[in-house]
Amino acid sequence: MFATPYIKVHDIKVQVVDSRGGRLGRRSIAKPLSLLVVALFAIAILAACNAQPEFGDYLQRGLAADPESLDPHKSRSTEAGDVLRDLGEGLMGYSPDGELEPRAALRYALSDDGLEYTFWLRPEARWSNGATVTAEDFVFAFRRLVSPETAAFYAHSVADIENAADILAGTKPVQALAVSAAEEFVLRIRLANPTPYFVALLSHPSTFPVYAPGAVEHGDAFARPGRFVTNGAYRLVGWQLGATIDLQRNEHYWNNAATAIDRVRYHVIPEPTVELNRYRAGELHVTSNVPSEAFQRLRKERPDELRVAQRLSVYYYGLNLTRPPFRDNSALRQALSMAIDREVLAGQIVGRGEAPAYSWVPPGVNNYEPRRFAYAELSMEERRTAARDAFAQAGYSKDNPLAVEIRYNTSDANQRIALAVQSMWRDTLGVQTTLVNEEFQVLLSNVQAMQVTEVFRLSWSGDYNDAHAFLQVLQSNASSNLAGYRSEKFDNLMQRAAEQTDAERRRRYLEDAEQVLLADHPVIPLYFFVSKHLVSPEVSGWGDNVLDYHYSQHLSLNAAN
Amino acid sequence: MLRFALLRTLSAIPTLLLVIVVAFIMVRAAPGGPFADQRVLPPDTASNLAAAYHLDESLPQQFWRYLSGLARGDLGPSYHYRDYSVAELIGNAVPVSLLLGALSMLLALLVGGAAGIAAALRRNTWFDRGITALAMTGISVPVFVVAPLFVLIFAVWLQWLPASWSGGNGLQRLVLPVIALALPQVAYIARLVRGSLIEVLSSDYIRTARAQGLATTSILRYHALKPALMPLVSYLGPAAAAVLTGAVVVESIFGIPGLGQLFLQSGLNRDYTLVLGIVIFYAVLVILLNLLVDLAYGVLDPRIRER
Repeated sequence: MFATPYIKVHDIKVQVVDSRGGRLGRRSIAKPLSLLVVALFAIAILAACNAQPEFGDYLQRGLAADPESLDPHKSRSTEAGDVLRDLGEGLMGYSPDGELEPRAALRYALSDDGLEYTFWLRPEARWSNGATVTAEDFVFAFRRLVSPETAAFYAHSVADIENAADILAGTKPVQALAVSAAEEFVLRIRLANPTPYFVALLSHPSTFPVYAPGAVEHGDAFARPGRFVTNGAYRLVGWQLGATIDLQRNEHYWNNAATAIDRVRYHVIPEPTVELNRYRAGELHVTSNVPSEAFQRLRKERPDELRVAQRLSVYYYGLNLTRPPFRDNSALRQALSMAIDREVLAGQIVGRGEAPAYSWVPPGVNNYEPRRFAYAELSMEERRTAARDAFAQAGYSKDNPLAVEIRYNTSDANQRIALAVQSMWRDTLGVQTTLVNEEFQVLLSNVQAMQVTEVFRLSWSGDYNDAHAFLQVLQSNASSNLAGYRSEKFDNLMQRAAEQTDAERRRRYLEDAEQVLLADHPVIPLYFFVSKHLVSPEVSGWGDNVLDYHYSQHLSLNAAN
Repeated sequence: MLRFALLRTLSAIPTLLLVIVVAFIMVRAAPGGPFADQRVLPPDTASNLAAAYHLDESLPQQFWRYLSGLARGDLGPSYHYRDYSVAELIGNAVPVSLLLGALSMLLALLVGGAAGIAAALRRNTWFDRGITALAMTGISVPVFVVAPLFVLIFAVWLQWLPASWSGGNGLQRLVLPVIALALPQVAYIARLVRGSLIEVLSSDYIRTARAQGLATTSILRYHALKPALMPLVSYLGPAAAAVLTGAVVVESIFGIPGLGQLFLQSGLNRDYTLVLGIVIFYAVLVILLNLLVDLAYGVLDPRIRER
């Protein structure tokens, strides 16, 4: 009796809701929601089960970017080179201290005319599948390197081999390449002209041998885990793009007994601060870089782990010589160069142990003494006075000031340097400098077009330890001559050096060429880079060297302190 | 319902085509190229490369080549990662991104929803104000501040969790990135649910339900929650897309091999085909998510279904 009216009222209520436009039934929303939750958790757990628990007792190295490829002929980045030097082995290689030494070759000889190299290969050298490494493997690789079909980035580095240039241009078949297998373990390479740095090139990954059956079977995508047959200390077992590259000991490697570390994992970490955090969290043994903002603190906190070494790499301002104000005005170029206080720039603005640059070729290059700017010995005050004189001689003054533009690719470090240079130029010469920052690709295309650029920031690193690696950049016909420098005198000296088989004479020609270059000021070198790594106390065998090459096979891990 | 879904899918095709055309033009208009470097390639090598990737053809020819490849389901080779096809690269990154995105959305829904409901029920109390303040903080503190802070506290100092994807495994390595990615969404959802629930709770029919003596839980469960969730549902589509596409910062801080990183790098590398491939993937995803949201409306609100 009592309950009836209550129910009725309730029923009416439901109808009221209905009349507002919906059958708002008594279905609970809880059920679909809980289904969703269960489903998503199931996904998470499944995915988590998929992940392999792999972290443990092997060498963990930072890598600043993904290699664009591990195919020796399709890669060109420093990062690809770092990984490839663990996987493969050229005729030549480097010791931990950066000394060039035969690797896949036992020894080599050069003919008296300086044109023909003979390499005796190690008969005990094996591919990671156990097959013997023969001279034919090198022949195959060199032909593939220069074949127009491969379109290898570094094809031109071996253009000095007889017929290589013609093959690249498509006018001769690859079989014409003067690389031949005289015997199973004897390789002959004939050059078109003497090239003293040629042996150093043979340590570069682009000249590594390629396992022909693998390349034939898998076509262009042979350099992948499970397929890639390598002849170095390690083989490729995993590559998750954007995350990790896994290497494992190559049991067949001829010097396997000397390899201490079984497994190596490269972690791809583009951001140095992120890399530092991971190092501090104990996830890395070796970092690829050190963030500048943490450098001073690390120097105090972890002096033994911070490894800083000279590197064959220069940070420079290029000047566009094809347009005013820099065309035909070396006095102006010199004035601007002199007015820059490189000690302050390298010591305080960059401040990570970099050396101020008074030459184009970095110190530390084999068999070479870098020349220096004529004014390098003057005090900064004397330089400023000389800069003002040269500025006036160039036709500029406080009343007729120079307005110039510096273009650089967007980054804090580049901006700090540009700001410093801007104020140095203003204080000493009254130059009005505009700073323009651009994304790297935009900067590059502007620099290459030579239409709008005046002063531009770039850097150059040597691929091999020879002064030629730097000086050739500014030859008239060099594709990387982005300043548009044309000097007959310089080109002649470079040509003479190229024809020279006597090391001492060649060295003098190269040094004279640099002297000409520095007097002309087509570029303003600012400082020489240093390599910076954090190396865990657990790692031994680390050697600092100017090329910044650190083969994993030279390292070993000892128990944590 | 099926007809509705089908129609919506078909109507998305012209949109997709437009997206492809615009993306193609934009990526080609950007200065530079996939093989540009300060180590400028010698002319022979450059032309060999251009020929190998058909970059020596005219733009309309290249566009046609791309479209006909697309019609066959071929997204082409990557110009930067020369050993991989675009489909492989996207295929590797998508599961990671989906997992990260789905877990973050789930977390955001659970925590944000609960916080929003709790705040709405205790309106204008210290609890409500606390939640609102936290939500404001969550929305305004950017992820590039929160994420490194997490790493510093939980990975470097406390060493409870890995600092990165490759530094741990399983669920462990997901914890920090999922929370970092979910935080702004938690905050937003909490505010959204709170506001919407307060509005619903103050409507007449709820008052009537209360008058009838229904318990708060029943009111919520049967009458208030569904209408209060409508704004949340319309937010979910864009939010899911934002979590998937906007994960790039979290991905780079934790070294996660997801789609966001790949997209960023492809742009910087001028990896034309990869940029286009990812744009197409994102476009399809956004279209699908919007479709799902529209269908979900129907489930939640019969008025829409009956139309």
